[in-house]
Amino acid sequence: MGAPSIGRRRFLQVSAALGGGLLIGFVWPESARAGASTALLPEGDFAPNAFVRIATDGRVTVIINKSEMGQGPTTSLCMLLADELDADWPKVGFEFAPVDPVYAHPGFGIQMTGGSTSTFAMSIPMRQAGAAARALLVQAAANAWHVEASACRTEKSFVIHDASGRRSAYGDLADAAARLTLPADVPLKDPKDFRLIGKPLKRLDTPDKVNGTAVFAIDVHLPGMLTALVAHVPVFGGKAKRIDSAAALAIPGVKQVVDVGSGVAVIASSFWAAKKGRDALKLEWDLGPNAGMSSAGLRAQYKKLAEGPGMVAREDGDPKGAMNSAAQVLDVEYELPYLAHAPMEPLNCVVDLRADSMEIWAGTQFQTVDHAAASATAGLDPQKVKLHTTFLGGGFGRRANPASDYIVEAVKIAMAAKAPVKLVWTRDDDMRGGYYRPMWHSRIRAGLDASGAIASWMHTIVGQSFIVGTPFEPFIIKDGIDGTSVEGSADTDYAFPNLQVDLHTTTVGVPTLWWRSVGHSHTAFVIESFLDEVAHASKTDPLELRRKLLAGKPRNLGVLELAAEKAGWGTPLQHGHARGIAVHHSFESYVAAVAEISFEGGRLRVHKYTVAVDCGRVVNPDTVQAQLQGAVGFGLTATLYSAITLEAGRVVQSNFHDYKMLRVQEMPQVEVHIMPSEEPSTGIGEPGVPVMAPALCNAIFALTGKRLRNLPLREEDLRS
Amino acid sequence: MAIELNVNGEKRTLDVDPSTPLLWVLRETLELTGTKFGCGAAQCGACTVHLDGHAVRSCVVPVSAVAGKKVTTIEVSGNREVSALQKAWTAIDVPQCGYCQPGQIMSAAVLLAETTTPSDSDIDACMSGNVCRCATYVRIRSAIHDAAASLKGGK
Repeated sequence: MGAPSIGRRRFLQVSAALGGGLLIGFVWPESARAGASTALLPEGDFAPNAFVRIATDGRVTVIINKSEMGQGPTTSLCMLLADELDADWPKVGFEFAPVDPVYAHPGFGIQMTGGSTSTFAMSIPMRQAGAAARALLVQAAANAWHVEASACRTEKSFVIHDASGRRSAYGDLADAAARLTLPADVPLKDPKDFRLIGKPLKRLDTPDKVNGTAVFAIDVHLPGMLTALVAHVPVFGGKAKRIDSAAALAIPGVKQVVDVGSGVAVIASSFWAAKKGRDALKLEWDLGPNAGMSSAGLRAQYKKLAEGPGMVAREDGDPKGAMNSAAQVLDVEYELPYLAHAPMEPLNCVVDLRADSMEIWAGTQFQTVDHAAASATAGLDPQKVKLHTTFLGGGFGRRANPASDYIVEAVKIAMAAKAPVKLVWTRDDDMRGGYYRPMWHSRIRAGLDASGAIASWMHTIVGQSFIVGTPFEPFIIKDGIDGTSVEGSADTDYAFPNLQVDLHTTTVGVPTLWWRSVGHSHTAFVIESFLDEVAHASKTDPLELRRKLLAGKPRNLGVLELAAEKAGWGTPLQHGHARGIAVHHSFESYVAAVAEISFEGGRLRVHKYTVAVDCGRVVNPDTVQAQLQGAVGFGLTATLYSAITLEAGRVVQSNFHDYKMLRVQEMPQVEVHIMPSEEPSTGIGEPGVPVMAPALCNAIFALTGKRLRNLPLREEDLRS
Repeated sequence: MAIELNVNGEKRTLDVDPSTPLLWVLRETLELTGTKFGCGAAQCGACTVHLDGHAVRSCVVPVSAVAGKKVTTIEVSGNREVSALQKAWTAIDVPQCGYCQPGQIMSAAVLLAETTTPSDSDIDACMSGNVCRCATYVRIRSAIHDAAASLKGGK
């Protein structure tokens, strides 16, 4: 997803909390509250539009409208609000928001987490809410003391009147503040006055995550709850033809076997009974139209498509003419496979369906979409449906599905079960359940003039769109081009005098979806690897070539120079070591990386990544560090190991033995350098990932002369 | 069938299918949900607990094999190594999504019980069975070294 514009304006609202205290919320001016009401309120005492509650005991509770999947919004959004509020940080905690239009993403219009936009989109609203609360608390104190509000200051949850030496705690002022009217204009702090923003504060969710008390959806337990496993149709687009459930139903604890379309559900009193029941099912499938599909067949089809021109996504100058008159032409192909997100917490969902209402617990990135899909599936008025967002045991885009697959499946099972039910996908369900990062094929060409400079650059991309047919289509697909397919290429920051990017959008029966860094996960690999090929062909240093092509792009250049300098680019390395470099701009942030490798005992060893980032004003530098450390591991996993492949319509991989993850002994040292910046805060969850694969493959080329154009690397690529 | 377990020092008598993996007895019967389901095949380590002081993958250990043995989970209180690791994990904010971290800590606790000053290769050997999809490995390594140092210092 590209960065949205932050268009719709919300207005602040003040109210009293049930049981005392102050609430600051937002309302939409158009009162666009259809589909939501107080029926959506979770247990607790805050209004549906609240962003912060200040209790009479001084506790500050920030309502988080973003899903916490590790990227840290529960801490960073609290910091943004608490800084303007001048709250005492140890008194600050958080709760996840219910589903309500007021919590919608200001750019995308739905409540969701994705596109590395949480800090970008929520910085100003969170700061406004904090500043408004502070203004009211100050006014309440000033009224009580019969002094001017402007004569008061705030510090660590106290309002202080220095002239008289009086001070009052926020908790003691909260009730009085709740009866005041918001001032028309509440100014935000000058950044030089920030006390929390920019500091490496500790995450608020860590304590619960190290003692086992953090609640993920899979941990939700309801009285009388049943567990369901599904024998999923083994080929996408197929269905059950014959179900023999006798042996399954004979297993103690198995209650019911039901066809839910996506597969055959076994509903039982425990996970293990459901698992045994699923194993005992005798099923015949109608495999449908995709039964003959294979990765090899798709690769051949994509390769053929890439030989011809696709729909033009960008054309500058005369790329064909310049290519024809070039002194030297490089013309190569790159291939990337389907990828599973493979979050550590397999997909799951808890549904408590009653006669005229429903509650759902889910680790989701897509609250509005899932809430609507669940309501429609159950045939319930959306006002009667509550969706509780839990912690997410990883998301990476998989839990932001326009089709709400695992939510809808769980609701269908609940409709049959007549009891609260927890749907659990086993790891093989998760691995084989589709919604993968698409498989991609690129043909990329560069025409060099006699001096070795790039005269023409042409990139043909072949792959599926996961936007077609979704509500996102009008926003993301322009003139037939899915922006997520070509992002990072059609909007390249490199200055190519003649440039063409064209796209073949394929229709394949494999469900696909955004995967951490979306289109950039393939375009950056292709472009940054191919630029290295051009550098080699033109006998130019890869850093120097990028410098020339990025002239006039200070933020790209800034991270490129910083990473190069910190990694000692151009300085001698230990014998047998080599470096590779890559830089990429995505989600409005800029990342460069230098990988250092060798072959140890004949096998590839990744020693170190030196990473530089410019993501605007940093809210929490430790989160930035953590996300980039994680991006190294996530990117390396995809580079070294990850591929979902199909044979006879079936996904070959099933678990971590054949869809391998990077492990601790393979994790390189990571050094992160953050560019100081006063630009708006931009993404950090995704932008680190794209550069990791090309930096590594460029290092391998530097050491071995082998250019690796297909991911994941093959076993022989990893040996010297 | 009644099975007697000792979980975190507490005796529990349960009537469960003896083939049930320990993981699901902990999570469903005892409602100790800190131990996580990741793969069901001893491939990821999210379900790691201690059985008589040894790290095991509870997703593949039938509860019948655990009768009469001491089971220790992330919810334990007063375990020297687990406590030191939890403190070290918190001090440098190891977790991201957090789902694998109870398993990581339980694996590391066995290492620290056996080795007062683990080397990087000791950590590699002990922790290679625990996957972190968020790739928090840099911090996991640091936190294990920090916890080892704190235990040696008697803190």
